[in-house]
Amino acid sequence: MSNVETTPPTEAPGNSVPKRVAQVIALLAVGALLGLLIWKVATRDAGGAAAKLAASKGAPVAAPQFTLPRINGIPGVADGTTVSLASLKGKVVVLNFWASWCIPCKQESPRLQEAYIKYKDKGVVVLGVDAQDFTGDARSFAKKYGLTYLIVHDGSGKTLSPYGVTGFPETFFVDRQGNLVGQRIEGEISAKQLDEGITQALAT
Amino acid sequence: MTRLLALLALVLTLGALVAAPGALASDARPTLGELEGEVMCPTCKTTLDMSRSPVADSIRRFITGRIDAGDSKSEIKTRLVEEFGQAVLAEPSKRGFNLLAWVLPLVGIVLAAIVLGGLAYKWSRSRGTRGGGPGGAAGDGLDADTERKLDEELARFED
Repeated sequence: MSNVETTPPTEAPGNSVPKRVAQVIALLAVGALLGLLIWKVATRDAGGAAAKLAASKGAPVAAPQFTLPRINGIPGVADGTTVSLASLKGKVVVLNFWASWCIPCKQESPRLQEAYIKYKDKGVVVLGVDAQDFTGDARSFAKKYGLTYLIVHDGSGKTLSPYGVTGFPETFFVDRQGNLVGQRIEGEISAKQLDEGITQALAT
Repeated sequence: MTRLLALLALVLTLGALVAAPGALASDARPTLGELEGEVMCPTCKTTLDMSRSPVADSIRRFITGRIDAGDSKSEIKTRLVEEFGQAVLAEPSKRGFNLLAWVLPLVGIVLAAIVLGGLAYKWSRSRGTRGGGPGGAAGDGLDADTERKLDEELARFED
């Protein structure tokens, strides 16, 4: 009788297994969250392609790929069809990020149009990415400024981070192999910068 | 437990009945002020009412135009999402994957309540067992030896 009273209470065998399982699950959950945090920090692409281009010292930097809906037509091609950067491989691409509400974009768009007319027969494509903007406003803008080069719409701005775009306008040059070349132009681009960028992209 | 659940259901139903007419009126006749607090400025990542950026002004003009055209709040939001994506909404929608953002906190609260309730139950039971256990005086938390010593000390003072 006294033995029963003095023996320390032992855990029922049925209770220990679920408790151990719950502990393992809790540990796994904490471990998974920690792993996710480490992965997120390790794979953070700060500065995007622009930062890579600045640090590349001439080494090829692949232009981040995207597919976006076209908002102005090329004769014979329906408005609203998608355009991918990959489909333009083999051509030099002047990639211009802009929005209709951006003031400097109004100043530079005629220069982009001129460059398009000047170089289109040499395998150069001007591709305007209208980002964080209303499609209707972008169409009105293109009509008002007589822009006939290719324009696609990126309302959510999903292409901005991969390229490291921090404001509008910004321009990149993509060579025939799909690599970024020359310098990223932040702000309004000049005719001279356009000529230099296109010439460099055509030469690679 | 059943009574508690019934009471909870009653409170939720009454709450829904009180809130529903206001919400429906707000959806049918939205104001710019309301929507400014529910729509994000895509470039500054704040709600419209905290932004004076060009794109925020552009969205404000759009909203005003749609209100004048007689659109409901949900119609305006749908059109904004078509243009700018889900991130234009200050709160995630209550559909599809986004529903998780609404459900998970509630699940968390319920789970926490269950765990706390379980722990409180376990704690109260263990206290009860200790108090009524062998050698202990029920309810006062003193064992027989301590109680005897206490009685002796008190008796000394009385002398």
